[in-house]
Amino acid sequence: MASSIPASARAELASPAATATSVGRSRRTRVLALAGGAFVLLLVVAALAAPAIAPHDPIRQSLRARLAAPTLSAADGKAHVLGTDHLGRDVLSRMVYGARVSLLVGFAAVVVGGLIGATLGIVAGFRGGWTDSTIMTIADAQLAFPFILLAIGIIAVLGPSFPTLIVVIGLSGWVNYARILRSQVLVLRSREFVDAIRALGGSVTRMVSRHILPNVLSSLVVIATLELARAIVLEATLSFLGLGIQPPTPSWGGMVHEGREYLDTAWWISTAPGIVLMVTSIVVSRTGDWLRDLLDPTLRGE
Amino acid sequence: MRSLLPFLASRLVRAAVALWLVSTVVFVVMRLSGDPVPLLLPPDAPRSEIFRVRAELGLDRPLPVQYAVFLGNALRGDFGRSIHFRQPAFRVVVGYLPATLELGLTAFALAIVVALPIGVISAVRRNSAVDQTAMGLALVGQSAPTFFIGILLILIVSLNLGLLPTSGREGWRHLVLPALTLGAFAMASIARLTRSSVLEVLRADYVRTARAKGLSEGLVVAKHTLKNAAVPIVTITGLQFGTLLGGAVVTETVFAWPGIGRLAIQSIYNRDYPVVQCTVFLSAVLFIVINFCIDLLYGVLDPRVRSG
Repeated sequence: MASSIPASARAELASPAATATSVGRSRRTRVLALAGGAFVLLLVVAALAAPAIAPHDPIRQSLRARLAAPTLSAADGKAHVLGTDHLGRDVLSRMVYGARVSLLVGFAAVVVGGLIGATLGIVAGFRGGWTDSTIMTIADAQLAFPFILLAIGIIAVLGPSFPTLIVVIGLSGWVNYARILRSQVLVLRSREFVDAIRALGGSVTRMVSRHILPNVLSSLVVIATLELARAIVLEATLSFLGLGIQPPTPSWGGMVHEGREYLDTAWWISTAPGIVLMVTSIVVSRTGDWLRDLLDPTLRGE
Repeated sequence: MRSLLPFLASRLVRAAVALWLVSTVVFVVMRLSGDPVPLLLPPDAPRSEIFRVRAELGLDRPLPVQYAVFLGNALRGDFGRSIHFRQPAFRVVVGYLPATLELGLTAFALAIVVALPIGVISAVRRNSAVDQTAMGLALVGQSAPTFFIGILLILIVSLNLGLLPTSGREGWRHLVLPALTLGAFAMASIARLTRSSVLEVLRADYVRTARAKGLSEGLVVAKHTLKNAAVPIVTITGLQFGTLLGGAVVTETVFAWPGIGRLAIQSIYNRDYPVVQCTVFLSAVLFIVINFCIDLLYGVLDPRVRSG
């Protein structure tokens, strides 16, 4: 792969047209990055200030206002901009509150997965031997299995709740963190200064915080961003299957599920939250890709 | 071929560990779910009857013994009787398997047939409008949630255009949308990978040589590029087939496709745990066996991976 870079660079330098497109592309990339950043900011604000932003109560039902189409006009000035669902609840308000669920579960799952993965990775790297091969075999085994099936089995029995959901989604993503930290520890362990620190009686905690974490910080940021996109989609998928956030709490996946029955008469119930979910997933994972190219090109490759 | 054996052994160990892990999790989860006896008996059953059934199911024995018995039974395909269907859970799940395989194989074939040409064209016509549109779509396909792709297809193709049915399994017309939905992720991944590996080969010295000696661009691509770009494509394509199984749960639910994914979700609603466990276990076996075969194929195709 490395040999391909100079060749392409030369090709782009050689042709003025190619240079022009690459300049055009970088400008477009910047615009896209800005738009993505604005979108994420909007989501975070919506999640934090949901009660202030949502025009209606996301849970209150109104039988007279069932399945109302999106509209901008309303007698009291509080229009159902994105219509109402089968129970007469305002779709936009539910979407705003749904952002809370998505971001809360997403971030919490990333933290849980990151803590488990980082700890196991550091332990595996420092201990080596049996501990190392056990941890890495489990990691390989988990990757060799579609985790959603296991998640379904676990949630089916334990019952869906916020903590269960966060732990299960977090557990589904620890492997990447563990791998990167382990390899970094292995690199450092072979250095002389580590032996010196050990000989001087330096603690492992200090070594990890002073010498290992700064080295892997950028990789961790990249992995965490990609994991965030995955966690948000997994939560929505589980909620769509009825195994995630339970009604009446609004979640994007749950809303798409509720609107499934009414696709032919009230398309907005499913489509509105689905599009926001899709855009969120694309924006966050593209941000992850972009960060990877920027911070840590070594992580590249499928 | 000398180094193929240790590679094979390590992959075999990995597959065995994965299977053991899955069955252990299934067992632990089953124990956490509490006493199944009240589910099997009428609520007014006498205590003696409860004890009799407990002993019959082996629930009065120590946990390690129960674990050993469970592992033994699982290996023989015995997961107990389905509470809902009133027959062995294994037989129920196996009955639903053909629909899932039909959907999975169609989705896989569709993904390859669409993605390979698109990937090659995108690479050859790099940065053209075709390339940018295709790769933009592929990015969307890779990050869009499967269930929402299904909902969008139903909304646009079935309800707005009235072209194809929304659910069920009666003939090929019912198969198109579920297969597209399930195959979307694999299609996107294969298209992107094909593009990047063809691009890489196009930059190689021997391709420059082929061009320099005056071969037409078509011949260069057909004779010198495709074969060399194939190895990574074959591997990733194979791996995608495994991931399809996970997506089947979602796709089958969206399109009411009568396969094991939908069966698993419905069995959860019915609290029919033997069927849930059997589905999870059986799909794990299927997935692990497929991955193992792909690993082997890869080891044979590309000797470099044997050391890694």
